[in-house]
Amino acid sequence: MDLSAINPALLIASLMVAATPLLFAAIGELVVEKSGVLNLGVEGMMIVGAVAGFATAVETGSPLLGFVAAAGAGATLSVLFAILTQYAQANQVASGLSLTLFGLGMSALLGQSYVGVKPPQMQKIDLPVLSDLPVVGPILFGHDPMLYLAIALIAAVWAVIKFSRIGLVLRAVGENHDAAHALGYKVVRIRILAILFGGACAGLGGAYISLIRVPQWTEGMTAGIRWIALALVVFASWKPWRVLLGAYLFGGVTVVQLNLQAAGVAIPVEYLAMSPYLITILVLVILSADKSSAPAALGRNFHAAR
Amino acid sequence: MIRLEKRPQPSQAWSLATPLVAVLATMIAGGLLFAALGKDPVEAIRPIFWEPLFGEFAFYYRPQLLVKGAPLVLIAIGLSLGFKAGIWNIGAEGQYIMGALFGAGVGLAFYPLEAWYIFPLMVIAGGFGGWLWASIPAYLKTRFGTNEILVSLMLVYVAEQFLASMSLGLMKNPEGFGFPGSRNLQQYDSAHNAELIAGSGMHWGVVAALIAVIFAYVLLNRHMVGYHIRLTGEAPRAARFAGFNPTRLILFCLGTSGMLAGLAGMFEVSGPSGQVSIDFNVGYGFTAIIVAFLGRLHPVGILLAGGLMALTYIGGDIAQSNLHLPSSAIQVFQGMLLFFLLAFDLLTNFRISLGKPEVA
Repeated sequence: MDLSAINPALLIASLMVAATPLLFAAIGELVVEKSGVLNLGVEGMMIVGAVAGFATAVETGSPLLGFVAAAGAGATLSVLFAILTQYAQANQVASGLSLTLFGLGMSALLGQSYVGVKPPQMQKIDLPVLSDLPVVGPILFGHDPMLYLAIALIAAVWAVIKFSRIGLVLRAVGENHDAAHALGYKVVRIRILAILFGGACAGLGGAYISLIRVPQWTEGMTAGIRWIALALVVFASWKPWRVLLGAYLFGGVTVVQLNLQAAGVAIPVEYLAMSPYLITILVLVILSADKSSAPAALGRNFHAAR
Repeated sequence: MIRLEKRPQPSQAWSLATPLVAVLATMIAGGLLFAALGKDPVEAIRPIFWEPLFGEFAFYYRPQLLVKGAPLVLIAIGLSLGFKAGIWNIGAEGQYIMGALFGAGVGLAFYPLEAWYIFPLMVIAGGFGGWLWASIPAYLKTRFGTNEILVSLMLVYVAEQFLASMSLGLMKNPEGFGFPGSRNLQQYDSAHNAELIAGSGMHWGVVAALIAVIFAYVLLNRHMVGYHIRLTGEAPRAARFAGFNPTRLILFCLGTSGMLAGLAGMFEVSGPSGQVSIDFNVGYGFTAIIVAFLGRLHPVGILLAGGLMALTYIGGDIAQSNLHLPSSAIQVFQGMLLFFLLAFDLLTNFRISLGKPEVA
């Protein structure tokens, strides 16, 4: 066992990479849940994003186009969910599940010919002096642009929800759709937009796994983080900055666990791997004492009686 | 202009017709999808819905129908009780795993003793394991008001990690040459859930599934608890005024569904699967949710729906070997089926009317 082989700066840098797919998926789901919709189909949208991004990047040679395609694919799949829950008044839990099943199967079909292919590499942002700084360099600089985009997205969502009119309307719809409807807001339209945003974000998260983190395509490759994104939103009690904190915590657990394994520490991996979920349950219990944090209309369908 | 009008009563006719319409729509959409991917649509659909029943090797596939259908029906019956009352157990997959681990654990603890009481003890342990795992969200919901959907979902992953840990550690076969996975219970007579009639696919799990169907039917139609469940789901406020105890109902619904899922896992690990291994669970717990919905949360409906979903599993295996499709491609069909079912369900609860709204 040799713990000194673990370089803390590289550890932090790699946990940031490990956490980025979670950041994308969780911030998207946060917006969806803020609007009062519970979309359990995150995994389906992620995996479809992963395969669409991968295929596009391989065919065009441009990872950037891959990410655009991934966001589009995630959003397209989420349209199905929007139709089911917002127009057909279907149960949100079951609809989310159908989305996950469909996405998993669909991605396996589409990705069949891409197994074992290497995707084009995304250029890292290389700042001549800054990246070479001893500790700060690898942590803060020298990542790929998508990682910074994820953090920027968190900041943007936070600012929009907290300060803008759109954010206020979104929250109103999520807290009390009848009141929002009475005030003249288009509940269904706002929720559909939120669902689309969530789908696009989940798609980006999936593509980040297949294009940057792993980088290759394997069937069901998002399985490791299937519901952590969902858990994260609850863990963060629907606050964007806490999503960042939680994602880095979960990313940290993953990376530290891999490093400990490599260093030969005999901690059962399985117990470490289940810890994020146990922590989430604990947070859920603590939060349920304080009902104010969850959007009040979460999971309830809206049908305007005209 | 197309408008939706809520029906005062859910339509009986549509309630029965939607599963059939959904299956048809899935076949058509699935065919179109395969055509778009450049595969012959008929060749893709036929192995799933025709081959297992009437094809050349049907004598092999028909017993598989019982083997694959039994756990689905067993789990879905339990889930339907909760779903009817608006209690959402999404973690049947985890309860299925825990039931298998508890059941197999008891069996392996007795190895190599041969005695008649081992298998019954394993059944009890399996049911207990599933019940225990489902009681966690039930307790947290009744005590703290925690959302049972998220807790039961999180516990699936925890159970999967337990499964991995067990098959690599405590339950690993000491004579397994270092391979992960437990002893094969099929080779241990006292713990083997053998076919009751050789070659029929009929094992104790199938019997349990049939008993569960009858039990659920009687419970829902002839028993006070079933009445509580239905009333709580359809009119929660009325149920509260009538003085029904919601805590007891939550504990009962989640506990029962967990127990049945645990039993399903136990019958699977001691029978068709044979051993505790990392990839033991194949998503029955999630597919059972589709089965419950497809069967309209009605025991007899679930029995039929379980058969249909078992067909897609078997058909998926055939399509996989014949058409070289990835194994998870069958999930496209399962997802689509649930999708169409939910979409067409609209017609059960709403009437679509054309034209302008009438002035009241």
